[in-house]
Amino acid sequence: MSETPLLETIHLKKYFDTPAGPLHAVDDVNIKLYKGKTLGVVGESGCGKSTLGRTVLKLLESTDGQIIYNGEDITFKKKKEMLPLRRQMQIIFQDPFSSLDPKMTVADIIEEPLKIHKLFKTKEERQARVVELMSLVGLDERYVNTYPHELDGGRRQRIGVARALALNPEFIVCDEPVSALDVSIQAQILNLMMDLKDQLGLTYIFITHDLSVVKHISDDIMVLYLGKMAEMAPSDMLFDNPLHPYTKALLTAIPIPDISYKGKEAEVMKGEVTSPINPPPGCRFAARCPFAKEECRSVTPEFREVEPNHFVACHIVK
Amino acid sequence: MGETLLELKDLSVRYTTDGVISRAVNHVNLKLDKGEILGLVGETGAGKTTTALSLLKLLPKYTSEVDGEILFEGKDINKMDDKEIRNIRGSKISMIFQDPMTSLNPVFRVGEQIADVIKIHNEGISLHEVEDRVDNILTMVGIPPSRKREYPHQFSGGMKQRIMIAIAIACNPDLLLADEPTTALDVTIQAQVIKMMRNLQKELKSSVILITHDLGIVANFCDKVAIMYAGEIIEYGTLEELFDKSKPHHPYTEGLFGSIPNIQEKTSRLKPIFGLTPNPAELPEGCHFHPRCEKCMEVCKSGEVPTYRNGDYRCQCHLFAGKEAAV
Repeated sequence: MSETPLLETIHLKKYFDTPAGPLHAVDDVNIKLYKGKTLGVVGESGCGKSTLGRTVLKLLESTDGQIIYNGEDITFKKKKEMLPLRRQMQIIFQDPFSSLDPKMTVADIIEEPLKIHKLFKTKEERQARVVELMSLVGLDERYVNTYPHELDGGRRQRIGVARALALNPEFIVCDEPVSALDVSIQAQILNLMMDLKDQLGLTYIFITHDLSVVKHISDDIMVLYLGKMAEMAPSDMLFDNPLHPYTKALLTAIPIPDISYKGKEAEVMKGEVTSPINPPPGCRFAARCPFAKEECRSVTPEFREVEPNHFVACHIVK
Repeated sequence: MGETLLELKDLSVRYTTDGVISRAVNHVNLKLDKGEILGLVGETGAGKTTTALSLLKLLPKYTSEVDGEILFEGKDINKMDDKEIRNIRGSKISMIFQDPMTSLNPVFRVGEQIADVIKIHNEGISLHEVEDRVDNILTMVGIPPSRKREYPHQFSGGMKQRIMIAIAIACNPDLLLADEPTTALDVTIQAQVIKMMRNLQKELKSSVILITHDLGIVANFCDKVAIMYAGEIIEYGTLEELFDKSKPHHPYTEGLFGSIPNIQEKTSRLKPIFGLTPNPAELPEGCHFHPRCEKCMEVCKSGEVPTYRNGDYRCQCHLFAGKEAAV
């Protein structure tokens, strides 16, 4: 494709220093995200998916690699220089219960970014925008002066969405936006996010641990395991033809609400996620992989294209 | 049919806070046979956990009020005094709590926490025997007994949940209440824990009430299913009856199925239930689901909702009116 990607990361790394050694939270991640697309990032807790989301927004300083936004290298931009860019890049947080200031009303919360970026001259204009945003995300106007604790999880998450949209961004990192919600509310918010994307031409990085949710919303899906990319492919391709043993295990581990699957013992993956502190060379998944060979424990597998647009890092996959 | 282990007759629980009465559980009737696994499904605030806690008399004493009968092996738990219920808790009925991260005591070794239950319910047992049983139980839940001298923080989430399960099964209970045992876990770990619980259930032949909001887990694990909404069981039947898509179901049950993104199918949009679960202090008149129901009729808005029955299957909805002849 000749078009420049909206967001590109090149060998992006984020290590945290711990007393036991460097923790490899994000290790060599390459993203190319085009305008209007959604990249789903999937993995279990501790695989670095939230760290990745925060690093590309520069809420965390990257350790190595490059972040290119709209053709511009933003890796070393200072906080002040980032400010104008913040209008274009936003984040929706996971937990609607702790990510909203309990001492601010709904209107204050949504208005705050408008104030910081001085988008409107008068308070009236700002308030009109707040009301507009609230109706956009399906929040009734009568909640303007309520506090977050008076609202339920679904409505709170709508506030988080409205706040992220306040500055008309083009790119939003959605960090598990529905995982704290009940199923019926989760479906409402997912539908809302898809509508907004079509309506406003948004580009999403959608971070989640739930493969069935990303399947629904993503164009491409990246599977992370302990900070490393395990597999990346267009959504349909990944679900029809998963190649990495970890992706396969993730898929079979999802309980399916259909009784024709009852009694069929799905293969249960053994072991747990190993420590990302000072990981040994070789494939990070080798310790849990049923097919691991000698090579897997010593040589880090290369992330390569095995069929058009389908990337995988595994020695077993030919 | 097997022997009845537990029977709830017209169970209602009310909470009173600052003079406001919340009706958390309303007129629940339920029967559980020995060795049966019941899935209690519903969203936050449906009254699932309150129902389970009432079985152990663990509800707050001064702010809650329990009506109806809870017959366990023929005896009414609701009428038991503290001493009687203490003998049942942990030995005959035990509970696996939702969050393994906060339910274990951080300052005691896990082995001691398991041993506690055994010591309390087996007076005069020798310390050697206790140790043997702890080792045994740890092996059953897949933890090497050598780790019993470690503290909870040294275990991962999945391992902690296994310890919670070990404590719950330490006295071979007849009834196990599992309150969202895998919600806090990753999918691959969830699959491990579910598989282990299924094997344990076969081995111990306990009855289980599994509280969950995940219909996928229910399909994998349960014999009977009860769907709860606003404190009522609105649909109840065998797993096969409830998951039979060719039959009509309660509109809420259909909404729940429509809300789950299914990885087997490609749908462009989910079909959510609009609106929110009602506040238990201000339950709507008539059918509690009517303000959110797409098939709401005039008759739904007030009065009692009839229950349609067919054998053990029942569904509480006006749409099934006229079919009651099949009692």
